[in-house]
Amino acid sequence: MENEIKLTKLANCAGCGAKVGAGVLSQLLEGIRVHTDPKLLVGFDKSDDASVYKISEELALVQTVDFFPPIADDPYTFGAIAAANALSDVYAMGGEPKLALNIMAVPKNMPAEAVHELLRGGYDKVYEAGALITGGHSILDEEPKYGLAVTGFVHPDRLLTNSGAKPGDVLFLTKPLGIGILTTAAKVEMVSAETYARALRQMMTLNKSARDVIVRYRVHACTDVTGFGLLGHACEMAQGSGAELHISVDAIDLIPEALQLATIGILPEGMYRNRDFAADHVDAGTVSLAKQDMLYDPQTSGGLLIAVHPEDADAMYEELKDAVLSAQRIGCVKEYRGGKHIYLEETNE
Amino acid sequence: MVDARGLSCPLPVVMVQKEVNKTAPDELEVLVDAKVCVENVTRFAASCGYAVTVEETDGEYKMILKK
Repeated sequence: MENEIKLTKLANCAGCGAKVGAGVLSQLLEGIRVHTDPKLLVGFDKSDDASVYKISEELALVQTVDFFPPIADDPYTFGAIAAANALSDVYAMGGEPKLALNIMAVPKNMPAEAVHELLRGGYDKVYEAGALITGGHSILDEEPKYGLAVTGFVHPDRLLTNSGAKPGDVLFLTKPLGIGILTTAAKVEMVSAETYARALRQMMTLNKSARDVIVRYRVHACTDVTGFGLLGHACEMAQGSGAELHISVDAIDLIPEALQLATIGILPEGMYRNRDFAADHVDAGTVSLAKQDMLYDPQTSGGLLIAVHPEDADAMYEELKDAVLSAQRIGCVKEYRGGKHIYLEETNE
Repeated sequence: MVDARGLSCPLPVVMVQKEVNKTAPDELEVLVDAKVCVENVTRFAASCGYAVTVEETDGEYKMILKK
């Protein structure tokens, strides 16, 4: 029987667009005492994708949590996307997810069959990642929400943070941009069925294959592009690394229909939050407003942004082309000169 | 006139688009009550060749779109 429930109608904001802005978040945390431990390799002060705790010389624990309101109408698809998105933070640290716990909020009147499908989507994705779901916690709420707390492992020497980019590194991105715009437009049925289906498939795609390629190269920094948009996450990488990122906008895979929608102002609120957070650090050059908006667009289950040693760039690119949805060589890292952290460049205009 | 107060994006843009497609006005007044909607309607207006002026009163925005 066809499921009539439209999950996105129950949500105020979709997917990672519901994320509290980076600037607001640091204000909320201000003044709270932070305890440290020499074994804590990455804590929240680093604005990284996950926390990392060293257990031994060979092993570190990677922990992360992510959940959000429905990004898709179909419960199975929503469950799978939320899981792929939560698992991604472990991949972005160069780790392998091993254990996951469900986090779920469901309205009283949500049909049991739909909740079952949502969970099945999550389980399937976690198993595809080679991890286990070992439990979870569910509450009643007016708006459905789903995600996972994920635990993974990484070798402490092969940990990838978002703050190690070095001058000369080459930048790569592994999925197209425009998801936030497309899911916003989908609410008012302004997206073609074909493009929307592609967007859903893209969000359901694990970053595992990207991670499995990049860990074999000299990657100096990595992060996944999610709620803060490409430029928000790039900004964190640039600031954390004390470097400048020079991004060639022509090289970025911007989903064409999303770019058209950006031109006519079909943009999610999260895009403006990301702009407010990062714009002061970005020299946008002559790049059009619509293309800039695409670069601030909040992504759900987005691709990895990677800074790799220049000698490894060609070989890694060749491998990434076969492993990921869209391998893009989008720029390079330069020495910080004290001005902006991000420079957008365009050659084809 | 398009009164999109109380509505969140992208609905105000959709309403303005509908009005522009239907009547192709030289001038159109649009009321919204969120900064994001002002930005989005401004982008839409620019894409159709309108110049935009905005007046804010107590969190409500009166936008005038002019050819």
